[in-house]
Amino acid sequence: MIALGVLLFMVVVTLLAPLYAHDIAHDNPFASNLQGRIKIGNHYRSVMQANTQGLGLGVTPIGPTWDFSKYFLGADELGRDVFARMLYGGRVTLLIGFSSGLICIVVATVLGMLAGYFGRATDWIISRLLDIVWAFPIYLLAISLSVILVTSGLDLGIIHIGAGSLLLPILIIASVYVPYVARPVRGIVFSLKEREFIQAAIASGASDWHILRKEILPNVAPSVIVFFPLMVALNILTESALSILGIGVQPPQASWGTIINDGLQLLYTRPWVAIGPGVCIVITCVALNILGDGVRDAFDPRAKLRGSI
Amino acid sequence: MLRFIAKRLASAILVMFTISVLVFLIFFATPGVNPASRIAGRTASPAVLRQVSKEFGLNRPLPIRYGLMMYHLFIKQDLTSYVNIGDRIIPQITAAAPITLSLIFGAVVIWLLVGISGGVIAAKNKGKFVDPLVMFFGIAAISIPVYWLGEMVSLVTQGGLHNSIFAWVPNGGYVSLTQNPWQWALHLFFPWLTLASLYAGIYARVLRGELINNMNEDYIRTARAKGLSERRILYRHALRCSLISIVSLFGLDVGVLVGGAALLTEVVFGLQGVGWLTYQGLQNLDLPLIMGCVMYGAFFVVLASAAVDVIYAYIDPRIRVVA
Repeated sequence: MIALGVLLFMVVVTLLAPLYAHDIAHDNPFASNLQGRIKIGNHYRSVMQANTQGLGLGVTPIGPTWDFSKYFLGADELGRDVFARMLYGGRVTLLIGFSSGLICIVVATVLGMLAGYFGRATDWIISRLLDIVWAFPIYLLAISLSVILVTSGLDLGIIHIGAGSLLLPILIIASVYVPYVARPVRGIVFSLKEREFIQAAIASGASDWHILRKEILPNVAPSVIVFFPLMVALNILTESALSILGIGVQPPQASWGTIINDGLQLLYTRPWVAIGPGVCIVITCVALNILGDGVRDAFDPRAKLRGSI
Repeated sequence: MLRFIAKRLASAILVMFTISVLVFLIFFATPGVNPASRIAGRTASPAVLRQVSKEFGLNRPLPIRYGLMMYHLFIKQDLTSYVNIGDRIIPQITAAAPITLSLIFGAVVIWLLVGISGGVIAAKNKGKFVDPLVMFFGIAAISIPVYWLGEMVSLVTQGGLHNSIFAWVPNGGYVSLTQNPWQWALHLFFPWLTLASLYAGIYARVLRGELINNMNEDYIRTARAKGLSERRILYRHALRCSLISIVSLFGLDVGVLVGGAALLTEVVFGLQGVGWLTYQGLQNLDLPLIMGCVMYGAFFVVLASAAVDVIYAYIDPRIRVVA
């Protein structure tokens, strides 16, 4: 329950960011602010401060002010408010996590049900497709797909997805995890098919479509639902890993992963740029995993999906 | 046993073939930009583009192109980078491989040691203080991004405390095992810990569950009835049986490790292994380099998991019969 509360809190806080973010960052969190000055106490300070150490060249972004109204966690290398970016980045991260989880589970359920129910050639084709994706190390597959798609976009006749679109990471992450859900679904449908109530439905002349929808889906659904929270956590981690490598979310969009990446250069001078979004990821994923375990225990004690990374 | 090994090897070769076809299709046959300019970079001159077209047979049918790519990758090994013109890719990968292997080797040793002992301790103290602690680490392990953990570890060991308690930590980099074993371990110590801590949590949690299940089995009751000591029952009977599931997990995780976590750990700690090489390729969009790293990495994963399966079958004879 606490886990659910924490998760809802993260979702609400990030979703409502546009409503109150102007109180936090006076400027657009996506526009650089190299010349800006802010008032702290009684005196003004620049957002980008001149270096005092070494040769005194270059500038260092301002550190945390611990004041929600301006640069709570400091600024990044372009003078942007890290806290405000974190709120907006959370929207992107959560959007990718949830939507690719949803797409993955819907596609995997359909594939698993078709393969398990029709068997024979359908099963053979779908199973081999799943096997190929399964055998490929997830991250290497995601890297290969991302580097091609993120540089040149996806062009499928009528459908065109631009190179910077959020749809690309969503689709890539969804597709690499499909076998992890589709395989168990196929197994469940296989064993369901032997059961009396399905045999009775077949004998009474019900159409395949009717059986799949009315008899099999309700029995598969609980096992699939338990995957969902764990899937979302896994997707969030995958998204941020890809963003760290520069092939996930593309600028000007930001996600927790890209902000951690921005923070890597500032790690020893302004550690909060990396700490903030990392803590957000950990809190969200812990909540999702605890929630997932709870849902699993409630629905289906035997189901297992192991996380990675 | 020999038949099992042959079978497993055959399926590994089949998987490697399909992976290579998939990589080929992703890099050369996805709709969009002309593959030649993809490989040579956007600013390549027409002469370079022509050379790429010729080298990879880009105006010839797909199967021939596939064959040519494999030839350049594995037989002639003369795939060159177009970002750092003239750099051969395969020698770079083989030079970087020992660093990646060292990283994985040490992390695996630590994670198995900590994971197995953690699981045993948690199962022994079921319901006591240690038990929820292991559960907590298990959850944390699948919730913390490895590169972020790495960043935090370097922040602590290389940041403000580097001049006091962590003065013994080297400033990053790598020393080869043959050069100085002690420095080798010292340089890799924190990367090992970072990588291992995640998996140790998962393994401890899984092993705890398995041990508790196994302790309720009939053969344990028989062992107790025979009058064996509790210690002997736990280590000789229950643990042995529970380790089987750990070995099967291990086969899956080595793959995830090489492709994902090890890559990110190398990037964060600046270890110049294959993962770091891939990262460099991604930064410069050096596609031949990325392709080489992905292909060699994926093949290594497939062979490693085949090796784990063989060990698995050796430990558990039931697998040999089923497969």
